[in-house]
Amino acid sequence: MATVSEPAAAVAGPEHMPDHATGEMVDFNVFRGTPETAQGDKAYKVPMVPGMVVLDAMHYIQKHVDTDLAVRWNCKAAKCGSCSAEVNGRPVLLCKTRVDEMPEGPITVRPMKAFPLIKDLVTDVSGNFAVNQKITPFSPTEADANDPQPWRIKEPDIERLYEFRKCIECFLCQDVCHVLRTHDLHDRFYGPRFFVRVAGLEMHPKDAADRRDEVREDGGIGYCNITKCCSEVCPEHIHITDNAIIPLKERVVDRHWDPISWVGRKLRGK
Amino acid sequence: MAESVITHDCDVLVIGAGGAGLRAAVAAAEAGCSVSVVTKSLLGKAHTVMAEGGIAAGLGNVDEKDGWTVHFADTMRGGQMINNWRMVEIYAREVIDRVFELERWGGLFDRTPDGRIMQRAFGAHTYRRLCHVGDRTGLELIRTCQDRAVHQPGVDIHMEYTLTRLLKDGDRVSGAMGYRRSDGRFVVFRAKAVVMASGGWGRMYKYTSNSWEGTGDGAAMAYEAGAELLDMEFVQFHPTGMIWPPGARGILVTEAVRGEGGLLFNSEGKRFMLEYDPKKQELSSRDVVARSIFKEVQAGRGSTHHGAYLDIRHRGADYIKKKLPSMYEQFHALASVDITKEPMEVYPTIHYTMGGIRVEPETAATTVPGLYAAGESAGGLHGANRLGGNSLGDILVFGRRAGMAAAEYAKVRGVAPALSDSEIEAEQAALVKPLDGAASGKAENPYLIHEALQDAMQDDAGIARTEESLTRALHNIQALQERVPNVHVGGGRTYNPGWHTCRDDVFMLIISESIVRSALERKESRGSQWRLDHLEKDPEQGRVNYVTYKGSDGTMKVKAVPVEPLPVELSKFLEDS
Repeated sequence: MATVSEPAAAVAGPEHMPDHATGEMVDFNVFRGTPETAQGDKAYKVPMVPGMVVLDAMHYIQKHVDTDLAVRWNCKAAKCGSCSAEVNGRPVLLCKTRVDEMPEGPITVRPMKAFPLIKDLVTDVSGNFAVNQKITPFSPTEADANDPQPWRIKEPDIERLYEFRKCIECFLCQDVCHVLRTHDLHDRFYGPRFFVRVAGLEMHPKDAADRRDEVREDGGIGYCNITKCCSEVCPEHIHITDNAIIPLKERVVDRHWDPISWVGRKLRGK
Repeated sequence: MAESVITHDCDVLVIGAGGAGLRAAVAAAEAGCSVSVVTKSLLGKAHTVMAEGGIAAGLGNVDEKDGWTVHFADTMRGGQMINNWRMVEIYAREVIDRVFELERWGGLFDRTPDGRIMQRAFGAHTYRRLCHVGDRTGLELIRTCQDRAVHQPGVDIHMEYTLTRLLKDGDRVSGAMGYRRSDGRFVVFRAKAVVMASGGWGRMYKYTSNSWEGTGDGAAMAYEAGAELLDMEFVQFHPTGMIWPPGARGILVTEAVRGEGGLLFNSEGKRFMLEYDPKKQELSSRDVVARSIFKEVQAGRGSTHHGAYLDIRHRGADYIKKKLPSMYEQFHALASVDITKEPMEVYPTIHYTMGGIRVEPETAATTVPGLYAAGESAGGLHGANRLGGNSLGDILVFGRRAGMAAAEYAKVRGVAPALSDSEIEAEQAALVKPLDGAASGKAENPYLIHEALQDAMQDDAGIARTEESLTRALHNIQALQERVPNVHVGGGRTYNPGWHTCRDDVFMLIISESIVRSALERKESRGSQWRLDHLEKDPEQGRVNYVTYKGSDGTMKVKAVPVEPLPVELSKFLEDS
């Protein structure tokens, strides 16, 4: 991507020096633009503050230099998964990416590549929410659903689910996944986040639905060739490939290649 | 001729998609209504997701003596007896079913050894009462409600829309209008009933655990439409926010740290809570712990960055990582602190707003026909101070009730309400003004107006207040109200946060004025309201709630309304425990 050459990096006046500023200035190249307008990186200088994260720097630019810089954020504590973007080419949460841990030289901040651009660092991630709507929701048996007594569930039976439920839906795994990022198979492949979702449902002891066909046919789980890029970028450290995708692949294979159940399905007309 | 607006029709419009909004949407759709849910953010990012400690419910799974009556008494006492007792009663009774319901919708909780829902200790709860899953209970709750709502026939969710005005057909609400954030197109939702579930307002303070969303839009819109705002002086300072590094200041450190045994120390290594509240110690109510930390720092016994030390190391690394995983991660990533090896540094942070839109306890109906309010945007349940764990329950109990009542209203109303073109066009013109040409006076940066408001509120309407400081805050707010018409921003209407901030400023100034005017009226210290010039509780003022509303001359008025006396059959629960 071409860098828009600027005579000098945009910088706010000295009256806008934040509290605790160290005196050092940090160089940022931030992607600016919309699908309808010119696009490219714009250079900014931001005063360094101890412990500063990249999101702090984006807020500084918003407040003092370009008030229309678009960036999503909410909790600022890595709990909501809103501020996903790519810093120096790596998909990260901006609120958790420390400036003092970056290598020397300007820091490049760009939007997630796998999703359509809206403006600057903001992309259209609504397709992810549409995927969730296609997945069969939690479905207990009728007996369980109508049981007048509170459920008894032993912790060892749900322990492995806690990991899946940690997902904050930042969609960084969707962004890095080559099936979506490079091959653009959004309409044929759920993506890592939603295999985590399905695994969490399939392994729930009180869930009675069978999602193996939908995850194979609609979800295209076969496209995943286990490169584990998704697990590497997960800010919640979910072992997406090992604990969600591979066990799901095994279930799908069992169903479709187990000769006994194949005969059984034929006899039952399924 | 104004540009065309996109119009959506529905029976019930739900504004906000946190726990209260989603639960309301499910309830209204189950009653057969078409429901539009509108959220400023993406789905699943509301403040609910940041609630960590758990949901309080008198299940008695861990402490058998617990039950709804003890929960009722704790909540009344925590709120310093000016809560709406009927709301508290409904809440304490129904939250038990809402917890079980969440589980039946697929939500997970930590378990007791015999397989029941685990419960943990929390500030000012008599028994171990908070159902939880590690320290990410809010995430579990919102994800569960989110999945329920998107699979509920009749529910339509509109993400990243900002609503700026409630529309009315005569006295009754007829919907709301605003814009789509992605492209700035104007949108109208025509609805037979509206549920306000838009959350609270912490953003007018400098140090807050709130996200950009906490600007009080919903309460401000309701105020403009004629609703009353109750108990607005009560703003909760969570005792433990992060204090260092500067960019992390205000981020929440969950009360679960203290629930799991965390202890507070001053710079002299002294456990100061033993002195301030020998009985409940670190698990005293939030207002008490916050003030204690404030006093220690004022007395020169603060930590390196002028806070207190919060220490959980004695529970051991494995236990900490199992029970407080997101705290471990948060301090590691943001502050380079390993909480299994070092104490945390904490200081009070603006966290929650007890006050809000005045509602009927049973139906969540506001004083404006057709408008309902639930969750943090509504007032009355928490009184002068909210207990931890009572917000996740609040949103489910009253979200459901608001959704059901709004559905009923929509059905009785029948026909779609009329919309006023002139009202819509006037709002469009007001919204685009900051983008048009030059401002008449000095062009103001909306972010710097916001910053000035944060300074005014933090300094003068914060944890410690006096007549003098509050009067100064009011002056500063009024000065900003004069400047805000001159806000001007560059860029277009496509995802332009500067433009969005222009209206946020207007809403935050309304809410700030309401907080300060109510705080001036309450000449006593009670719950989160700490008046240095009136240090004691005044029994007379304990019999009233203060209400702000828009007078017929367009200015803000304050009135005192009597607190409903507690019926005998409920007051005995306070004596029992």
